[in-house]
Amino acid sequence: MTLRMPPILIYALRRLLQAIPVVVLIMIGTFLLLKLAPGDTVDALVGDMGGADAAFIARLRAEYGLDQPIWVQLWRYMTKLATFDFGWSFVYEQPVSTVLMDRLGTTLLLMAASLSIAFTAGITLGAIAARRAYSVTDNLISILGLVFYATPSFFLSLMLMLVFSVKLGWLPVGGIKTIAAFYTGWDHVWDVARHLIMPTAALSLIYLAFYLRLMRASVMEVADLDYVRTARAKGAREGRLMIHHIMRNALLPVITLLGLQFSTVLGGSIVVETIFTLPGLGQLAYQSVVQRDMNTLMGIIFLCAIIVVVVNFLTDLLYARLDSRIELA
Amino acid sequence: MTTTARSVLELRKLQISLPKGADRPHALEALDLTIKAGEIVCLVGESGSGKSLCAGAIMGLLPEPHVRVTGGAIRFMGEELRGKSEAQMRALRGADISMIFQEPMTALNPQKTVGWQIDEVLRLHAKMTKTERKARAIEMLERVHIPDPPSAYNAYPHQVSGGQRQRVMIAMSLVLSPKLIIADEPTTALDVTTQLQILKLIRELQDEEGAGVLFITHDFGVVAEIADKVAVLCRGELVESGTTDAVLNHPQHPYTKALIGAVPALTPPPVKAASTAPVVLKGTGLKKTFAARGGLLSGKRKAVTAVKDLSFELRQGETLGVVGESGSGKTTVSRIVTRLLECDQGSVELDGTDLLAASPKELRALRQHIQMVFQDPMASLNPRKRVVDLIAQGPIVHGANPQKAREQAKKLLELVELSPAAANRFPHEFSGGQRQRIGIARALAMEPKVIVADEPVSALDVSVQAQVLKLLVDLRDRLNLSLLFVTHDLRVAAQLCDRIIVMQKGEIVESGLTAEVFANPQHPYTQNLLSSIPGRDWTPPSLQPDAA
Repeated sequence: MTLRMPPILIYALRRLLQAIPVVVLIMIGTFLLLKLAPGDTVDALVGDMGGADAAFIARLRAEYGLDQPIWVQLWRYMTKLATFDFGWSFVYEQPVSTVLMDRLGTTLLLMAASLSIAFTAGITLGAIAARRAYSVTDNLISILGLVFYATPSFFLSLMLMLVFSVKLGWLPVGGIKTIAAFYTGWDHVWDVARHLIMPTAALSLIYLAFYLRLMRASVMEVADLDYVRTARAKGAREGRLMIHHIMRNALLPVITLLGLQFSTVLGGSIVVETIFTLPGLGQLAYQSVVQRDMNTLMGIIFLCAIIVVVVNFLTDLLYARLDSRIELA
Repeated sequence: MTTTARSVLELRKLQISLPKGADRPHALEALDLTIKAGEIVCLVGESGSGKSLCAGAIMGLLPEPHVRVTGGAIRFMGEELRGKSEAQMRALRGADISMIFQEPMTALNPQKTVGWQIDEVLRLHAKMTKTERKARAIEMLERVHIPDPPSAYNAYPHQVSGGQRQRVMIAMSLVLSPKLIIADEPTTALDVTTQLQILKLIRELQDEEGAGVLFITHDFGVVAEIADKVAVLCRGELVESGTTDAVLNHPQHPYTKALIGAVPALTPPPVKAASTAPVVLKGTGLKKTFAARGGLLSGKRKAVTAVKDLSFELRQGETLGVVGESGSGKTTVSRIVTRLLECDQGSVELDGTDLLAASPKELRALRQHIQMVFQDPMASLNPRKRVVDLIAQGPIVHGANPQKAREQAKKLLELVELSPAAANRFPHEFSGGQRQRIGIARALAMEPKVIVADEPVSALDVSVQAQVLKLLVDLRDRLNLSLLFVTHDLRVAAQLCDRIIVMQKGEIVESGLTAEVFANPQHPYTQNLLSSIPGRDWTPPSLQPDAA
């Protein structure tokens, strides 16, 4: 083959090939795990209906293909998945893909907002704390970080609700928008933003604590390195040292953590979305487990797997961009 | 004193105090030092003598408030530096006083290009346009003899070699023609041939610029190579100073005498009669390639041949030196021979048994006979084990009675000239030299036939180095040991080894009796290595034997 491709494209292609077996294994694993749990969709449906006779249940099972051995079910599901067909949600009476796409936006918005706030505030506070290590400022910031870190997000969510919605009445209690208002344009944006303030705060504070601790340690380590001394010997002032010599190098481990945490935020958002009744993937996942909606649940897991793979890839790209020593190969 | 040239730097009764709990109250005590324009003054001392703190004090970069100047005067161009504000000091740093650091690997910011880092000095101190600055930086890179300056300007530090990085560092510190250059061990981390080039470069540029240079080093060879004047520091006190000739050839103070006496002379040991002792270790056709990695699903990495077709013989009671520069494969040899690294081809016969073909069980038994002494005495001893356990561990693993093994370990401590009371202490309570003695005792505990020593003295100060070398020679002769001695230091090799192997890029380029190789090197690479030894024309005066 004499086809010339830019190296970045070859790299992306290889990463894609590497990702396929990973995703397939995740799907097989979760499928089997979910089958281990007692009860299936039919049990949940019949439960909702308040009971039905055995013949009807058997017919329903046959219709959904649930009477087949597990391996046959798995094979059928995986072949459908190969064509990106997620199947039908018997709970929502819609194709799973439609259900997922409806919810994806909200979750991504929440995740992006919380992570960027946590990241920005975390590295800023961490850097400040490191530059004034062992001073009052540092202690204050570190204690704050510890408090955020130690507070469970559900507790924080409920407290925020109690203070800002119930007592002060400044912010809406839950949901993504005011249902009967039918805002459009900037009013809509403002409305959604107001609804997202508390969930974002609840989700981001814990992650903020992570970034803060890591950034503080990282900055303190880098500040002692030889090239910072070199820069000082060149006559650079503190601000310049910080921006050009310290921060740039201290950020690298924090970026790694950012990539890793993107996936855990998905998990964390289940609690927050449920509490604030946000129509996102997390809440959907919770309801699907309760209602034994296998197809939807598998769809969510697939989507999460894809998001994690993509984010890992982006993190690597970003890392290579930030660290000149790393070449993508 | 008649002053023909202006003095650039004058230190008068400089005192730097250390925090409470340090080994002494003052890092430097009443240091007097004068550097004139166009002069290179070497500040010599062992680790902990306070020589680097002296540089920090002049630059105003001491780790205050723990370590700070508490007395005396620092005059630069007649002006007192103490009491200047941080902003005033910043204006001086990089422009009038610049510094070259020891580690070219870590002294440059890995995330910025070489050009950017030189440019930064100009941006901070000179009012020049962007194009002027770039032209100036490239001109400077040319002056430090970097091949293809425009491409080096855009390279990141990791893309150029160690020696080149030190050139970049020098270009950076000389770009504004400072009046005082402080060089803190600028060549310690480099290979000998590179070291000589860098020393020549510093000399050359300093001649052109007429700057004063404060050159900090622990290596008397380097002093002999470059210095006009020498000042010797011992635990913060100036014990001797004067012209290079006076200090190196007619040292007065006992400490200076001891230091110079410890410098290995470049005279190889007398040729022993052709040895008839049996061969204990024999390597044949050794080959090691660090394989190319990668394929469809991962990145590709080029294969590196570390050792190709290497053969050697080591006779009983003999020392075989393996010398070469970094990357020559000498450490790989030491690892193959002890089978810490699997080899691709060839055999290593230990007393007639092939070590490389041995089964895991046989190998365990064979390991008794071949032991290693490692380079870094700080990192090669488990910090959580007591010395006696460190030494006795080997025999116990091989089935010795623990009680007896510990008794034996205490005897070994005496053998390596440590007090038996050391047995129950932890490694961190010892100095570098003492730790290396523990390392040797550990190797001896197995009663090996062969000891493989990988740069055992390169992390030690020169006087300690002399002691450890003497101990090794002593033990070798008393216990009839065979030594495979890997080193980059040709002075050490000359003093210790009966025969040497010179390696370059994984191949033996020359081998033979040390005396013959040193007197009459055949291969151009060996010739180059030998002519690069710093201070090769200076023979340390033979002083009283109490020196070491």
